[in-house]
Amino acid sequence: MTRTARTLALALSATIATASPLAAQVSFSRLAAAERDSANWLTYSGSYSGQRFSRLSQVNRTNVAALRPVWLHQLQNTQFMAEATPLVADGVMYVSETMSAVTALDVRTGRTLWRYAPTIPPTTKWIGFLPTSRGVALLDSTVYLATINAHLIALDARSGTVRWDVEVADNKLGYAFTLAPLAIKGKILVGVSGGEAGIRGFIDAYDATTGKLAWRFHTIPGSGEPGNETWGGDSWKTGGGPTWLTGAFDPELNTVYWGVGNPGPDWNGDSRPGDNLYTCSLVALDADTGKLKWFFQFTPHDTHDWDANQIPVLVDATVNGAKRKLVLTANRNAFYYALDRVTGEFIGGRDYAKQTWSTGLDATGKAQVIPGKEPSDSGTLVWPSLQGATNWNSPAYSPRTNLFYVNAREMGSYYYKREAEYEPGNPFMGGGERALENDSASGAVRALEPLTGKMRWEFRHHSPPWAGLMATAGGLVFSGSNEGNFFALDASTGKALWQFQTGGFIRAAPITYMVDGKQRVAIVSNNAVIVFALP
Amino acid sequence: MPRTRALRATPLALACALTLAGPAVARAQQVASAGGAALARGRTLFDAQCARCHGIEGTGGVGPSLQRPLLGRAPNDTALATLIANGIDDRGMPGAWQLSPNEVSMLVAYVRSLGNRPPEVAPGDAARGEALFRGRGGCLACHVVRGTGGVIGPELTNVGAARGLAYLRRALRDPGAELPAGPGISYAGSEHVRYLLVRAVPMSGPPITGIRVNEDAFTIQVRDTGGAIHSLEKRRLRALEKLFHASLMPSAGPACTNTEIDDIVSYLMTLRGGA
Repeated sequence: MTRTARTLALALSATIATASPLAAQVSFSRLAAAERDSANWLTYSGSYSGQRFSRLSQVNRTNVAALRPVWLHQLQNTQFMAEATPLVADGVMYVSETMSAVTALDVRTGRTLWRYAPTIPPTTKWIGFLPTSRGVALLDSTVYLATINAHLIALDARSGTVRWDVEVADNKLGYAFTLAPLAIKGKILVGVSGGEAGIRGFIDAYDATTGKLAWRFHTIPGSGEPGNETWGGDSWKTGGGPTWLTGAFDPELNTVYWGVGNPGPDWNGDSRPGDNLYTCSLVALDADTGKLKWFFQFTPHDTHDWDANQIPVLVDATVNGAKRKLVLTANRNAFYYALDRVTGEFIGGRDYAKQTWSTGLDATGKAQVIPGKEPSDSGTLVWPSLQGATNWNSPAYSPRTNLFYVNAREMGSYYYKREAEYEPGNPFMGGGERALENDSASGAVRALEPLTGKMRWEFRHHSPPWAGLMATAGGLVFSGSNEGNFFALDASTGKALWQFQTGGFIRAAPITYMVDGKQRVAIVSNNAVIVFALP
Repeated sequence: MPRTRALRATPLALACALTLAGPAVARAQQVASAGGAALARGRTLFDAQCARCHGIEGTGGVGPSLQRPLLGRAPNDTALATLIANGIDDRGMPGAWQLSPNEVSMLVAYVRSLGNRPPEVAPGDAARGEALFRGRGGCLACHVVRGTGGVIGPELTNVGAARGLAYLRRALRDPGAELPAGPGISYAGSEHVRYLLVRAVPMSGPPITGIRVNEDAFTIQVRDTGGAIHSLEKRRLRALEKLFHASLMPSAGPACTNTEIDDIVSYLMTLRGGA
């Protein structure tokens, strides 16, 4: 070796030793403290609490009007619209797209570091939804991706190479993944899509290192298990109960909170007499074993496809002078609920959007049903529509304003009842809707009081929204619209302070993080990732 | 949870179509030969979900008449089953993804039975109608036919294929009664009222009356009767009125006899695309 070469080699090895590796080392303890790590966005909802709140305040009420784009990244799969929440960790952004591809980007410049696109067979089924991927999970140095053909894949965060790949369920029967997995201590949790295909839903935990199944919670109790009596005959076997959105986690209580979707067939309940547990419920599970601690069913014997999969939001609050640990949720059925997250006890709630099916909640939180609102042959007009008063789009909560933010949809539908016959791998729905569209449907960002659901303010949308929300310590709430507006509202008043026309349908939720000492805000619009900062 | 409304021609509908079309056709032939109860069921399904646009018994309305032996987009039962399952994206026809193959087959059979009826005959004289349309009616001031005309109202080049007699007659007499709604330019997959008359009152300056071209939560674009586009910020408006049952088009009622209206409708029914 020449002297020059030796010097160069030494210099190189020194560089390798000191360069910050552009890859995440996201330990469980870091995830558990994600609220305090506001330079990054480490998990789907920003933290285990599901609050989608950032402590960053560099961008705030006084200067948000100057926010402008920094870079755009165009995702490659453009047949369907992307709905992903990117993650940001240690200089890298990880963003998934439709057909379950994931890209790692240099967070400063938007330049691609690696991209992984699994082989999705052309026969892959997605019955009742689109082949979306709403995000990935990070744990240690691994990126976890749940695919549309029901695989869970672990990727090396440095390169996107596959560490392991397990087939979780049989996609031929309609099982699929669209959610961002949830990474907790040593385990990766996933919930399944397929509520229109007569699946039997579950929540699974996999060993993060090996991909081995640690536990499975069936959302529909089997023969002889408590709750199975709420299903007529064998209807539980094809009873649905999908779990297609990411849950929340309380490390102190060691409890996972997860929403469960509709019973199957969706609109024809004749074959499944009973309350159909645990469909349209929130379940609280022991994080180590998957054992059920408590459940709360919002819509017993649902016939309107009002899934309860919405992101649960964990908040600690004072109720009648006593400190309580709460879980908050704005349900697809148009009611808002505050529950005690230790016991599942109902604390308060009310309707937060137009609904015509219930006279209100009783003292236990049970909705009093108005007769005659069932789907019918000729169509029954009911608010909210099949898509609900909200859907999968994330809510947000700000500890600064003590308000819960939800993107409410106001739309009515004629609900039809049709025949339903289970055929494996085929739609099993028993009806559908004809939504009242045009200008009769709209929506709003609404700020609700957390204990009661009472509306404090609203910002009107032009049409029923699909975007998620984010609240920040800058006194802002960010969201997007179907028409392409990405905007910021005053978190206390709802006044619009800034908007940018992205030119694409926004179906994703915003995130925020820091780069080189400057706060950035990012959103996915149609199939572009757009990043904003102050000048 | 279906989210099919967010994208009209959804892959679900496509997937359904693939699974529906084959079995549906075989069943449609059985239904057609079975007649009776299955056809009645097809009619019930049609009345509930198709008649709103295609009219009871398929006489036409916002959507075209189906009382025709040959449907342009559905030359055979397979194509018809596929079309029912998928919808027609650019026409605002939703896919019937919620129907089972069996139900689609009943619908196919019922729609085919409508085709055996004597077709809707426009009672007027199309040539006289065209003369009225281009002459005294002055319709080309606002409507394009085969590349010529104004853009205040909808293009009519294909209106005979897209609409039914009753709808056209009503549109001439009461233009605001049912404004067309279409897949929005607002965003893919939405339906909003098109050609909506709006009156915007700015904080300063005169009110602006015209047709909504597009709108979002923050802005609205309006085309005035002179053809000028006004780009308005909602926060700078004192008022924004939307006139859902009004139209810039004058009613043909006072100026035309019933015969003349029939003539114009007959002419419109001849407009079936083409250059």
